[in-house]
Amino acid sequence: MMEAGEDTLMRRIAKAPQNRWLPEGRRGPMPWIIAIIMFLTLLSGAAGLGLAHALVQTRAQLAGGYTVQIVEAGAKLRAAQVAKIAALLKQDPNVQQVSVVPEDRLLKQLEPWIGQDVRAGELPVPALIDLSVSPGVPARDVDALGKKIAQMASTARVDAHGAYLAPIEKLMRTMMWLAAGLVILMILVTGAVVTLAARSAHETHRGTIDIMHLLGATDIQIARLFQRRIALDAIFGGMVGTIAAVFMLWLLGRNLAATGSELTGLAIIPWQWMPALLLIPIFAVLVAAVTARLTVKHALERSL
Amino acid sequence: MSNIIEFENIGLRYGADAEVLADVSFSLAAGGFYFLTGASGAGKTSLLKLLYLAQRPTRGVLKLFGEDVVMMHRSRLPGFRRRIGVVFQDFRLVPHLSAYDNVALPLRVSGMDEQEIAGPVEEMLSWVGLGDRFDALPASLSGGEQQRMAIARAVIGRPDILVADEPTGNVDPEMAKRLLGLFEALNRLGTTIVIATHDLPLISRIPHAQLMRLDRGRLVDPTGSLRFPPRKAPAQGPEGRSLGKPG
Repeated sequence: MMEAGEDTLMRRIAKAPQNRWLPEGRRGPMPWIIAIIMFLTLLSGAAGLGLAHALVQTRAQLAGGYTVQIVEAGAKLRAAQVAKIAALLKQDPNVQQVSVVPEDRLLKQLEPWIGQDVRAGELPVPALIDLSVSPGVPARDVDALGKKIAQMASTARVDAHGAYLAPIEKLMRTMMWLAAGLVILMILVTGAVVTLAARSAHETHRGTIDIMHLLGATDIQIARLFQRRIALDAIFGGMVGTIAAVFMLWLLGRNLAATGSELTGLAIIPWQWMPALLLIPIFAVLVAAVTARLTVKHALERSL
Repeated sequence: MSNIIEFENIGLRYGADAEVLADVSFSLAAGGFYFLTGASGAGKTSLLKLLYLAQRPTRGVLKLFGEDVVMMHRSRLPGFRRRIGVVFQDFRLVPHLSAYDNVALPLRVSGMDEQEIAGPVEEMLSWVGLGDRFDALPASLSGGEQQRMAIARAVIGRPDILVADEPTGNVDPEMAKRLLGLFEALNRLGTTIVIATHDLPLISRIPHAQLMRLDRGRLVDPTGSLRFPPRKAPAQGPEGRSLGKPG
């Protein structure tokens, strides 16, 4: 696969006479090393983007969501407090939506702990009112609303939905930065591999380089030869690594979607985000080309 | 005639070894024809290396084209090298390039268009007897053919200075005569020629050429005519050859 694809590209570019100054021949393991690095880099990048997407989605879903919990043992009093608080919330202009969670649903959710035999009213279960606040409402207004609720029911407590997921969000953010760190490390590894390859190529072709120097070739002319060659290797490796990574991501995305889980579904990267992922191989090729140029130029500067 | 090459108390040593060139002083006029002789190990190749900027002296002043190249920033050296054609003793052909591409190399390095390159390269290869070997790789050519290819590459850009290290060492006498004719033709066009050789018959073929002899890294110059600055007026050389104005 490499031989055929690369050969066509090589032949086309090798038509330029200055591109024959260094022998073309076999490319060695460089393109494949870059392909592997690119594959791993893209997977890390995709993991980071997936986590970022999940984070954004989760934040959007939880933003402005609150639950009022009324822990009153007396059923009648509790029902009265729920009615008063619900009425207050419905009148508040900052509140978009109010819904009292039915006691049946609460009991259903508690089934794993209290069993199926408990009926409504038999067990004092806290009452819950879900509400969502309009976007952009200042925290102090939400605090003021909480105080009003507390005045109506001393056992009432207002919980922000975002607070429930704070530890998960922290974990997701940590993993996201870890993925970003891996991408940066992989790019650095690409630079290191290219540096070694460029040094080795420079040593291999030292005889030809000396001749060209003595014929009046500049450092830039010589460095450009290596830069072109390594950029071609990086483009080829980048393409192979990207194709493999995209296939792997498609496969993972399909499997994630098949789970039907809302949480895992959030990690599927939308297509609009894909260009950000594809910037990685482009950046890696640039890093490889610039590193090759600088490495060879630096080596040439040690000669006359 | 102005001096194109000036050596003033030049010394050259490799590492911590003794100097291979010591107190070498001479000046060569633009358009001159010069032979450099001396026994093996006398320092001929080292002196030529200084001339074609493969080496810088460890002391002294070396001026090419009127500019001191000893302290010159290396980024300026390619411009000077493009004005100097070199025939290396070991040819130094690029092994993976054809005869055509090897000879075209100096023109391509200097950025000449491909359309302008084809004519002169083909003509030059034909002239040195390689007109039917354009695509031949150096390894497939004989020593003599490689040497001719190296000479063609050195003169293709019509350099201001041509430096040749034993340029006729591997060719038959007829071809040697022909190549010397090429050097003379170039010299008539204004190129300063410096040839290092042991070949006395070759030297005798250019009666107007000046002679420099190196002995254990020092220039042996009984007339002093090649010293810089010249100490005496040009005089007859040791072999009765004129050491007067070149060309």
